[in-house]
This record gives sequence, C-alpha cells and structure tokens, in this order.
Amino acid sequence: MAGEKNVGLVLLDFWVSPFGQRCRIALAEKGLPYEYVEENIMAVKSDRLLRSNPVYKHIPVLLHDGRTITESLIILQHLDQVFPDTRPLLPADPYERAHARFWADYVDKKVYGSGSKMYTEPQMQTNIEMVDILKTLERELGEKEFFGGEHGFGFVDVALIPFTAWFESFDRYSFKKKSFDRYWGVKVAEVAPKLVSWAARCQERESVSNSLYSPEKVYDFAGMMRKDFGIE
Amino acid sequence: MAEPVKLIGCFGSPFVHRVEVALRLKGVPYELIEEDLNNKSDLLLKHNPFHQKVPVLLHGDRPAVCESLIIIEYIDEAFSGPSLLPSDPYERAMARFWAAFMYKCKDSMWIALWTDGEVQAASAREMKANLTLIERQLPEGKKFFGGDTIGFLDIAVGGIAHWMGVFEEIAGVHLLIEEEHPALCRWAREYILDETVGQCLPDRDRVVAALTPRKELYVSIAKAMAAQK
Repeated sequence: MAGEKNVGLVLLDFWVSPFGQRCRIALAEKGLPYEYVEENIMAVKSDRLLRSNPVYKHIPVLLHDGRTITESLIILQHLDQVFPDTRPLLPADPYERAHARFWADYVDKKVYGSGSKMYTEPQMQTNIEMVDILKTLERELGEKEFFGGEHGFGFVDVALIPFTAWFESFDRYSFKKKSFDRYWGVKVAEVAPKLVSWAARCQERESVSNSLYSPEKVYDFAGMMRKDFGIE
Repeated sequence: MAEPVKLIGCFGSPFVHRVEVALRLKGVPYELIEEDLNNKSDLLLKHNPFHQKVPVLLHGDRPAVCESLIIIEYIDEAFSGPSLLPSDPYERAMARFWAAFMYKCKDSMWIALWTDGEVQAASAREMKANLTLIERQLPEGKKFFGGDTIGFLDIAVGGIAHWMGVFEEIAGVHLLIEEEHPALCRWAREYILDETVGQCLPDRDRVVAALTPRKELYVSIAKAMAAQK
C-alpha cells in the first residue's frame, strides 16, 4: 500500500474464523495496514503458527515488532493501546469498558460456546439455549444503533458481528431457503429482529463487508465440518 | 466523598477472593455482602441476571460489574493506587492471556480432581502440563508473576495457591507436587504469606468444611465435563 507507514503488523488467520474476522475488522476500522497470512488450519499447521502460538496452536495470531499476541479480544485491546491515535474500540470510561468487556466475554462464552455445538450435535439440543442467548443480546442492544451506544460501532459489535454470518437471515442474499434454521432450529428474524437489523447496519461498514463471507460459504464450511465430525 | 463500593460474594469462593485482593491492593474500602448460593438473593439475581454468580461489584449507583477478571480490570482503571496490570502493552497482553488460560484449564483440573481411572489419569497429565506452562511465566528471581509485588496474574492464579490444597484434601488426590512444580509451589507459599492476601484469605479448615458437602456435586460436574471431551 503506497504511502502507508509500515507498522510491522502480520495477522495469521483462517478465512472463515470469526475470531480472525474480529481482528481484520478492527485493523480496518483503525486504518492499520498489515500483512494477511492465510493459515490452512484444516491441513498441517505451519511452523510459524506453531512457534507463534505454542499453547493453543490456533489463529488468529498478531505479530507486531517481533512479538506475538494471541486471542482475538486480547489482540483488539492491544491494538487500542499500541495505536492510541486510531479509532478506539473500547470507550475511555472505566465502567463502560467493563460493560463492553462483559458483553464481548458473553459472546465468547455463550454464542460461541452454544453455537459450536452445531458441529457435534445431530439434533438441535442447543436451540433453546441459543434462543435465550439471542434474546439476551437483543435486550442489551435495545434501541441503540450499535452495542457501542454513543461511541458508535465498537468492541462488542466487532466481537459479535462475525458470528452473524452463521445465523443471518437469508432474505438479504436471496438464496434458496436451505438455511441455518435447520441446524440451529432458530428463526433469528423472529426471535431477535433488532439483532438482524443491527447486523445489516454493520454490513454497511466496509471493514465488516470486506472481512465477512456470505452465509452460503459459511454454510458450506459448516456442512463440511459436520461431515468431518460424522454428523451427516 | 468517595462513592461506596459493595462486593456481593460468598464464603470460600476463590473468585470473590480475587476481587477482595484487588480492592485491598488498591486501598479501596468496601462492604462485603455474603450470599448463600443455595438461596440466591434478589440483590444478586437483579445485578447478575445473566450468569447469576458471584462476585458482583457495585460502585456507587453504577450498574453492576460481573466476572472476576473484568471486575479486577475495572478496579485497576477506576481507582488510583498501584497498577495491577503491567503498563507495557505487550506485558499487559501476556498477563491477560495467562489469566484467561486459567479459565481454559479448569475442566482438566476438575476432571483430574473428581474422577478416577484412565480418564482421571489423562486429565491429571494435561493439568500438570498446564501448571508447567503457568510456572514458566514466573519471572526469574522474582517472588510473584507481577515481579516484586502481587499483580493481575498473581491474583488470577491465586486460587491455586490456597484452593488447590483444599480440593486435594476433599478429593484425596495430590496434583500440585513440590518435586514436579517447585517454582509454582514456592510462589504459592509467597502468595499466601503476603499481608494483603492474608487479610481476605478464608480459613482453610473452614473452607474444607464448607465445600466438603459439595463433593457429590463436583463429581457429577466432572463426569459431565469428561463426557463432553
């Protein structure tokens, strides 16, 4: 990228990973150039990945000035701290920061925790849980445009938006009605309509639309994972 | 006039202890409200409807802050006093990483404590490997993860210093062994001896007595975790 200061950032990532996408969105929101490295984690993991993240051996990994930072929410906070002149993801007020961290943690524990069972559970045991989780997020969003409230698109928005490709309504994309509802047993548009509108608003941001893949691609990926797990 | 700080907790919880240590290190006076987790109060359910757990921090009129590590970061940012997190951004990221690692370790630790046979043995091996990874984060020649004084990571790992012994006694299993983890055991002793920690460390025998009746519950949780693996 001509004329851009090299800030020495490298992101080891995997195209469909929602955790990797969080980092891509954050870097784009901050206008930070970086080298994107696709790690094929479905095959043999590269030496670089294993060296950079020996504990978990997973992406995303941020390399910055010879150091490695792992875990997406930690990476996001690190970017805020190291590049203070860029658009902040977390607000300045300590209570608001705690509030944002709580909800991002909720996404990790609940949305990912419950959602990842779709790989391993043939029947929809998780749909009741997921309805509850979606309704909780809907209430937290309330009438706000973004979870960041008066600060706009922020930490919690970045934390949650990548997961929406895994449940987003198909109306926007006019696919055939072969949908995630079958996997999750949840009609998100009925259970959490505000969340669906929020997701659409997020998609209008270039940082998001450039980082996320269509639900169809994600659906194909999920289908493949379920086959790998012997579910179908 | 400082706004009042209240901490909703319960006796014997290592997570509540984490928050008490943080408040005391920052010199923040607080009122401790003890919950009976078998009979959760309206106060707790109102302030933490999502997880319904302790600890919960109430600072003035603000809505509650929940989840112990999030509470500690809040305390560090909202109050003056010695910093709990490192100021260097990379060191800060590392402290957060290893604190979060403690959460990921909990399953193997629980299974290693409360099951038996090959399942227990496999989890014990995994847990000990995790302890080795944590042990390696101790800076050379220093008493604590935070250096000369207790910091964020010491607080996050602190449960091991006191509660590991408690659970080992109730379970009849010995997992944190001096010969296998000498530096971590040394750290644990320093942590327990620290004056601030001592002010809010519940009496070991009382904790054993309070938690022993929960053994069956712990065993069933461990079995469910093992089945999910």
